[in-house]
Amino acid sequence: MNIEGVKAIYINEMRRTRKTLLQSVVSPVLSTMLYFVVFGSAIGSRIESVGGVEYGLFIVPGLMMLSLLTQSISNASFGIFFPKFTGTIYEVMSAPLSFFEIILGYVGAAATKSLIIGTIILITAAFFVDLRIAHPVWMVTFLLVTCIAFSLFGFIIGLWADNFEKLQLIPLIVITPLVFLGGSFYSIDMLPEFWQKVTLLNPVVYLISGFRWSFFDVADVSVGLSVTMITGFLLLCVGIVWWMFRTGYKLRS
Amino acid sequence: MTSETPAIISIRGLTKTYANGFRALKGIDLDVREGEILALLGPNGAGKTTLISTICGLVQPTAGSVTVAGFDIGRDFRKTRELIGLVPQELAIAPFDVVENTVRLSRGLFGLSRNDHYIADLLGRLSLGDKMTNIMQQLSGGMKRRVLIAKALAHEPRILFLDEPTAGVDVELRKDMWDIVEQLRQDGVTIILTTHYIEEAEEIADRVGVIANGELLVIDDKTTLMSRFGKKQLSIELRSPCSSLPESLAEFDVELSSDQSRVIYSYDTRAERTGITALLQALNEAGLQLKDLSTVQSSLEDIFVDLVASNRETGEGVA
Ligand SMILES: Nc1ncnc2c1ncn2[C@@H]1O[C@H](COP(=O)(O)OP(=O)(O)OP(=O)(O)O)[C@@H](O)[C@H]1O
Ligand SMILES: [Mg+2]
Repeated sequence: MNIEGVKAIYINEMRRTRKTLLQSVVSPVLSTMLYFVVFGSAIGSRIESVGGVEYGLFIVPGLMMLSLLTQSISNASFGIFFPKFTGTIYEVMSAPLSFFEIILGYVGAAATKSLIIGTIILITAAFFVDLRIAHPVWMVTFLLVTCIAFSLFGFIIGLWADNFEKLQLIPLIVITPLVFLGGSFYSIDMLPEFWQKVTLLNPVVYLISGFRWSFFDVADVSVGLSVTMITGFLLLCVGIVWWMFRTGYKLRS
Repeated sequence: MTSETPAIISIRGLTKTYANGFRALKGIDLDVREGEILALLGPNGAGKTTLISTICGLVQPTAGSVTVAGFDIGRDFRKTRELIGLVPQELAIAPFDVVENTVRLSRGLFGLSRNDHYIADLLGRLSLGDKMTNIMQQLSGGMKRRVLIAKALAHEPRILFLDEPTAGVDVELRKDMWDIVEQLRQDGVTIILTTHYIEEAEEIADRVGVIANGELLVIDDKTTLMSRFGKKQLSIELRSPCSSLPESLAEFDVELSSDQSRVIYSYDTRAERTGITALLQALNEAGLQLKDLSTVQSSLEDIFVDLVASNRETGEGVA
């Protein structure tokens, strides 16, 4: 195992994060605050509590997920896309590193950054609402697994994309709608029956539901199902990455 | 350097067919000796970069085997890659990275622990001591290339690949580059470089290989190569100019210089008989008086051009 190599990738990626710390932390914090002001206070004051949870509080897990998903994907995809774009990837590919080690470095760094952002959002939220976390261990587990799974997913997108448009495409047309329609701002039983069924096809619903359960002990779908779904997604990503590296996908001709 | 020097890289029957079906390497056999400087010459698209990239792990071979210090580049990729440093043909840089950080990254990637002293020293030797804290974008093209060399040397490799190190580099920097290569050789590093500049190969290499169309046409010691393939020209200065060559010289490969003061005879040094004696006699019989004689050996460039041209002819003949 080339520990120094993994460390080198990780440190280099984190250095890039630190250089862009302001925009990478300020923007999610700012948008979270805006959501709180608009949905939590302005609109939320007119909405009754959802499942016994005050609306401002109810949207916290969804807001965190919104940021975690988009941040994980954009960090990880950019992290691998950029060296591919500049050509500096040659060095990583000619280094004594296994694919697992390369992923560990890149995805580890992207997941770390998401974790930091998630924590900051949580702290920001604590200023607006009276936070309570019913199952802290589960909360942290969901947080970790989500960061890792979606960083892996971002890594896949970064490997697949061969131009900047493609890099933006998936997050923009797939992830954002899925997250918004995934129950970030509402409970799915607030929807008409037909749309409730359609919504169940959205994997993000399970993620947000499970995460919200770890906070408030209330869920749209069973927790077991949430755990199964997110684990399944993680394994799917692992499988795809494994296949990509086995075949040298767009990295080795 | 004797031929008994052990091979540090052994290539056997290496072929590469790219995904689009293009055959870039057609069965390369090559031994690189430890401590030597090997120059690979060849026209654009010959397969030089493909060959280097395969040894470094960037291109997957289709068939054949490559061992580095006795280790297989596939099975024992960690062991082989640790020994190799690569300076790619393209100037691939991360524009916003600080010079010392990017060199530090290289060292780490190859599994070595941080050593700022070594890196500062390395950058100093490459005349980049005052650029350590600059970002890559702020460097000139020649400086960027030297940073890439520093990156390739960051993990103290035993083998260095330089893929066209002096492409687009001015004369002075080219001399610098040659000094760097010479310095590395003295440190015992084996160097394989590709170039289009024949004088470069002539100047710094111990051995020269010529690649064209994915085949290694020839590889030999520079001096052997030049005498083996070398044509010599004998220039015979006449006492008084002559308007046309006498009929009796028609059987020789001779020309009259444009000022009509010299007869130029081309001959092959490999030939059993050079024919010089016979020519001189014929000149004498024709009544031409000689003033002076001199010979000129053809350069590696001529050899190279000849080789590639004849390969092109035979290659097309087969197709
Ligand atoms: N990824 C690829 N897919 C298909 N063909 C390729 C690929 N890379 C290189 N080739 C082809 O293989 C041949 C050899 O290319 P290579 O880059 O090895 O040449 P080279 O000798 O380094 O040339 P140059 O002196 O121009 O650098 C060329 O015909 C090139 O078009
Ligand atoms: Mg090349």
